[in-house]
Amino acid sequence: MCGLNRQVRETYADLIAKGVQGNQRAVARFLSLVESEDPEAVSTVHSLNRGATWAPVIGITGYPGVGKSTLVNQLIRLYRRQDKKVGVLAIDPSSSRTGGALLGDRIRMQEHATDPGVFIRSMATRGHHGGLAQRTQDVVQALPALGYDIIIIETVGVGQGEIDIVTVANVVVAVLAPGLGDDIQAMKAGLLEIAHIVVVNKKDLKGADTALRYLKEWVPCVIPTQALTGEGVEEVASAIAARVVRPQPAGTVAHSG
Amino acid sequence: MAGATPLRVLIGKVGLDGHDRGVKLIARALRDAGIEVIYTGLHQTPEQIVASAIQEDVRAIGLSIHSAAHKTLFPRVLELLKAQGAEDIVVFGGGIIPDEDIPILHAQGVRRIFTPGTPMQEIVDFVKGLGQ
Repeated sequence: MCGLNRQVRETYADLIAKGVQGNQRAVARFLSLVESEDPEAVSTVHSLNRGATWAPVIGITGYPGVGKSTLVNQLIRLYRRQDKKVGVLAIDPSSSRTGGALLGDRIRMQEHATDPGVFIRSMATRGHHGGLAQRTQDVVQALPALGYDIIIIETVGVGQGEIDIVTVANVVVAVLAPGLGDDIQAMKAGLLEIAHIVVVNKKDLKGADTALRYLKEWVPCVIPTQALTGEGVEEVASAIAARVVRPQPAGTVAHSG
Repeated sequence: MAGATPLRVLIGKVGLDGHDRGVKLIARALRDAGIEVIYTGLHQTPEQIVASAIQEDVRAIGLSIHSAAHKTLFPRVLELLKAQGAEDIVVFGGGIIPDEDIPILHAQGVRRIFTPGTPMQEIVDFVKGLGQ
């Protein structure tokens, strides 16, 4: 992994403690260890007290190019105005041929790159197929313990069947754009079935009204947005807030500590 | 997939320079060589590049500069890395950089400069070599 050449391997507890104090390098290194399936890092994550460090996990999914990253950028802005620390995992596909990846989601979020209250990490799927990266679940569990108040996961641009996000996120937002099909598309199983909130982005484009009409017949919560300008983003955040309920400690997984 | 974690590098453009044909070719070639490439887009500040590189835990930063500001931008990136205790992140680059400036940049800590006409394989081999 990237850190193999580093002579000094800090202990896991050190990395977490530094991360909580705002040292982004420590956060990044810890996440790399988790992502590379370092057994000790993974077991450290599993033993973190989830009840005490819970943070809502928002899943943003949808077809490629509909504006997921731009919407995430706007949500970061909104949560920063509320003074919340935001952790973002932006997932893009690994090549099935070479294992390489071009991770470009953060291009749309670079206005937040130097904000110490925002941590953005690009993850490649590394052979995993459900729309998430191999170790997404573990990395997501680590972020609240590292001091982040809200976690946003942006999935790869999905087709209809990559719905692993529902197992990781507390609320799933599916982003669509006008012109992607008729009312029958809105009835199909898969993405729209698991979404709690459906966003029709690029609402300024031709066909947006038709898309909204079709979707509203079948989907309970449909919100039009223009993520580039921020229009509709507050409504999305309100709908997210209405869905997110902190689980009762008694109902969570047993943990030590 | 355990054990064979891919090498991660950040490829970026800094400053007021919109010439991104070359940098996109490099990013794509590195992807095809099995590397996880984080591309940060146009018009980044050195601060944005360094913060992103740290968050992404990359092994190296590759900068493309066609604006003639290389003698300002490379040292600034190196200085910011040092300030964060991240000098182990290798900095390399390319673009329109006069031959006489290359030794200056090397002396400042830039590992390699690739000028126009460099075979793509040479760049790929250099980056892959950083993972060993």
